[in-house]
Amino acid sequence: MALQDKDRIFTNLYGLQDWQLAGARARGDWSTTPQIIAQGRDWIIDQVKASGLRGRGGAGFPTGLKWSFMPKKSDGRPSYLVVNADESEPGTCKDREIMRHDPHKLVEGCLIAGFAMGAVAAYIYIRGEFIEPYHRLQHAIDEAYEAGLIGKNASGTGYDFDVFLSRGAGAYICGEETALIESLEGKKGMPRLKPPFPAAVGLYGCPTTVNNVESIAVVPEILRRGAAWFAGFGREKNSGTKIFSISGHVNKPCNVEEAMSIPLRELIERHAGGVRGGWDNLLCVIPGGSSTPLLPKHICDDVLMDFDALREHKSGLGTAAVIVMDKSTDVIKAIARLAKFYKLESCGQCTPCREGMGWQWRMMERMAEGRAEIEEIDVLENVTRRIEGHTICALADGGVWPVQGLIRHFRPLMEERIRQYKQRHAAPLPMAAE
Amino acid sequence: MSASQQPEGFAFTEANLKLAKKNIAKYPEGKQASAVKALLDLAQRQMHAQTGSMWLPRAAMDEVARILGMAPIRVYEVGTFYGMFKLKPTGKHHLQVCTTTPCWLRGSDAVLAACRHAAGNVPDGEVSEDGMFSVEEVECLGACANAPVLWVGDNFHEDMDGPATEELLEALKRGEEVKPGSAIGRQGSAPEGGPTSLTELPPRETIPLAPLPAPAQE
Repeated sequence: MALQDKDRIFTNLYGLQDWQLAGARARGDWSTTPQIIAQGRDWIIDQVKASGLRGRGGAGFPTGLKWSFMPKKSDGRPSYLVVNADESEPGTCKDREIMRHDPHKLVEGCLIAGFAMGAVAAYIYIRGEFIEPYHRLQHAIDEAYEAGLIGKNASGTGYDFDVFLSRGAGAYICGEETALIESLEGKKGMPRLKPPFPAAVGLYGCPTTVNNVESIAVVPEILRRGAAWFAGFGREKNSGTKIFSISGHVNKPCNVEEAMSIPLRELIERHAGGVRGGWDNLLCVIPGGSSTPLLPKHICDDVLMDFDALREHKSGLGTAAVIVMDKSTDVIKAIARLAKFYKLESCGQCTPCREGMGWQWRMMERMAEGRAEIEEIDVLENVTRRIEGHTICALADGGVWPVQGLIRHFRPLMEERIRQYKQRHAAPLPMAAE
Repeated sequence: MSASQQPEGFAFTEANLKLAKKNIAKYPEGKQASAVKALLDLAQRQMHAQTGSMWLPRAAMDEVARILGMAPIRVYEVGTFYGMFKLKPTGKHHLQVCTTTPCWLRGSDAVLAACRHAAGNVPDGEVSEDGMFSVEEVECLGACANAPVLWVGDNFHEDMDGPATEELLEALKRGEEVKPGSAIGRQGSAPEGGPTSLTELPPRETIPLAPLPAPAQE
């Protein structure tokens, strides 16, 4: 059964109601904040653990567990909560809607999460391109200060907590948590080596937890309605509700909050008006943002949208950004465009990524043309395996996965394109001469 | 950076200096470098207001370095790393077209072609002869359920196609105010024609809340 409206957290997802404090209060935000905080840090973390909430930014790490890594007692250094609002994974457009239509959910979540991890302040790092959401969220923060909800003695709890909003300036890599911290410190967004992990040495050298916008924004409602309520949606270890972003070749692209583990086909047909030209016109779907390998139609027919089901098919839930391609799509070109994205967004710090993403893109451009040797498909696949896992951060991993997914499922198409090219052009090519 | 276009100096206006201080105050003492992107953005916006072209001259980076007590090279590093800082003059309206796969699947080629045409087909990044437009292909703007997206000034124009882009650019040329958001009248990122959810929202007071245990003892 589809999720019912009474169980939706983001009740102003489409901005039909007032997004400001009065509207937020009418939706239940800020209603029992002091009582929740009065339960103490351990209770909040236990509840978030029990709810089964896994990070909504792509990696799916259990949120409550992440918080528990923060020091229980300060060694003199302050602790920080950093919210990753640098939403840039192609296909993903949910945090934008939270921040411009339901910003108080995030601000309240910052206070509760910040309290639970003993943080003195939250820094929300919003991508620079999100100018309208920036102004809305800043307004919500100002409203919350004015109403005494945050700041000194936040919500009358005796706890002092600040929320600051900081803008990025156009760099996908800053969605990586340590690059984000570097950027927040006023540097180039280049990821740090781990360990030390941010929970030990993060922002300004202080203990820091970085969470996605959606992960933080759902916390107040989980605590109000109970961990069991949230855990009641989706399959075991995949619990909760989730905003799905559906883009590409559907009749009605949209964002929608649904239960985890909803079948992909039901998600697309119920909310996005179905695949353009009907389900049988489906070619493939990228299920969780650009980094997750595509799934051909026969898998899409019955796959469930959750972490484990998609992993079984060597893909992932990622940010739950569903990119749909119908049979008119030149899928090699579509993936080549993603290869270009990763090439342009590589920060250039690690050689396998800096050189590899460019090489991969050039190879993919040739594959899209067919101007290649069939054996080069193996060379390409082989090189992606050598890039994967050999860099400081996961950008290069995310950059090679879409190409690996293409080769896994559409190798015959790639070979056919090469053969067609050869028929049109007689002269042989130098192999892998990138 | 072409040397001929670089102004000799740069100073923030009083109003922008105030905004700069407000941004610096967000960060702990001694961590004012955190405000570097905010100040560079302010400088770019000031250039736009004063010259009609949004860009970041070297003198502005030097001034930001001076204000924040940073070595100029650290500011140049930031200025050259992030895509939103433009190191040479842009048109009065800088047209940033997302062409990443989700936008491409829904026709960003036509949006890009219309933008290039309006700019007189000068190479991307160059300013059209009338100074009105410059064009840039950009990476995912994070509004994929409203693709394709064209970013102009502070606004996203969503659900675009070729004709809608031409119309928008004509209006900009005439100096008219243009409406941001969906070109086909969608409500945010709800499906076209109306939401499939949030149509039967019960009153908040009917939502069952979990009882909270007695507060923890310190």
